[in-house]
Amino acid sequence: MNLDLLFDPLFRVPFFTGLLLAALLPILGLYLRLRGEWLAALGYAHIAGAGGVLAPLVGVPIIAGALGGGALVALAKGLLRRKGNDTYALFILIGWSVMLLGAAYSHHAQLIGQALIDGQLYFIGSQHLLTALVLGGLVVFGLPFLSRLLLREHLFPWHDRANGRPVRLQSVAFDLLAAVTIGLAATAMGVMAAFAVLFVPAWIAFALAPGWRWALLLAATMSIVAYLLGFVAAVLFDLPFGPALVAVLVLFTPLRLLVRPPAGRV
Amino acid sequence: MLSAKPGPSENDLVLLKVEGLVAGYAEPVVGPFSFTVGENEIVGLAGPNGSGKSTLLRALVGAARRFRGSIERAASLQLAYQSQHGNRPEELPLKARELVRLMDGDAAALPPRLQALSDVRLDRLSGGQRQLFYVWAALSNPAPLVLLDEPTNNLDPKGVALLEQRLLDLEPGRAAVVVSHESEFYGEYVAE
Repeated sequence: MNLDLLFDPLFRVPFFTGLLLAALLPILGLYLRLRGEWLAALGYAHIAGAGGVLAPLVGVPIIAGALGGGALVALAKGLLRRKGNDTYALFILIGWSVMLLGAAYSHHAQLIGQALIDGQLYFIGSQHLLTALVLGGLVVFGLPFLSRLLLREHLFPWHDRANGRPVRLQSVAFDLLAAVTIGLAATAMGVMAAFAVLFVPAWIAFALAPGWRWALLLAATMSIVAYLLGFVAAVLFDLPFGPALVAVLVLFTPLRLLVRPPAGRV
Repeated sequence: MLSAKPGPSENDLVLLKVEGLVAGYAEPVVGPFSFTVGENEIVGLAGPNGSGKSTLLRALVGAARRFRGSIERAASLQLAYQSQHGNRPEELPLKARELVRLMDGDAAALPPRLQALSDVRLDRLSGGQRQLFYVWAALSNPAPLVLLDEPTNNLDPKGVALLEQRLLDLEPGRAAVVVSHESEFYGEYVAE
């Protein structure tokens, strides 16, 4: 075990990129769970994976292929007015088949496909960090506005539409933000790790948090703690980062059992 | 259709004018229907289940299709709409007071019965308590016209009384359209 590795300058960009994504993803995960679309993470992550594998085949940077693929299907979903997990199940199937077929077609694509499965955070560069910073800015400044509308549209459907507010545009804007962030996370930490960070903290916070603000805080905190533990474990024990992070998050899942059953109704 | 108490004066503005409205989804379900709603008026739409009352309300907000007739709203009129079949998630970490604030209402102005429950998560309230908060949140919205679809669903007599009083205390200039299959609900405050 070499503790000096943790402070190696080579790991700084990957560390801060992952940290940013670990803070952003569970917040998006809460809104996706609210809409009953928790499968979005896996759907967009697979599409991003497919985009990443296809990118070098058509001469496009991997990150652009991954993010572009996610953005395209998010737009298509918005235009077709599709809601619910069914669409994301289709995204998983499309992404998975394209990813593996692409990997079979070229050795380079095969390596990218493997990286998307392993989640080798340490190999990402400043391009990922800059994109994560831009997405972080969008979430910090845009989500407070979007949050109110997303919650209201879910709990009081048609209220905003009856008052002429562009509900559909806001919904597509959120889908795009989610698709691009998940795409970035899938290429940085792997498809399954991106899914776990989006799904597990939001799932636990939904059961435990006393209110919506607490849910945001709890989900982000859990995710960051899990990320730090996963990062340290992966570096110190020379493990692939993605599975290490997923394993830590799985250890958090018994927290859901702390919730009181609904029998204690007021 | 039942019209209102305390009743509009001649100087009150017409907020909503519906003429010959036929509404539905793939096919017409209800109509033709004509009525107006003025300031300080509460209009009740009564009828048995399946008679198309909710469809009529949904047509007013654009959620159902208008086949014939017209719907005229006062210029820049804002609505508050509480639908009968809104999403009521099994699990949701949202305090009751957060629901009221979501509709731009003042959670501090809740009556004592609701104030006592305002820090409880919605999914940990009983069906009636939850319904009362949804209706209250819609009424707390500052929009001049409030549309309520079956607001008395799951409410106990005390809840119904609280809702009736809230409708009677509606701020000056505001109006409501209330859909209910319980015609006795209208007896307390709406004149036929």
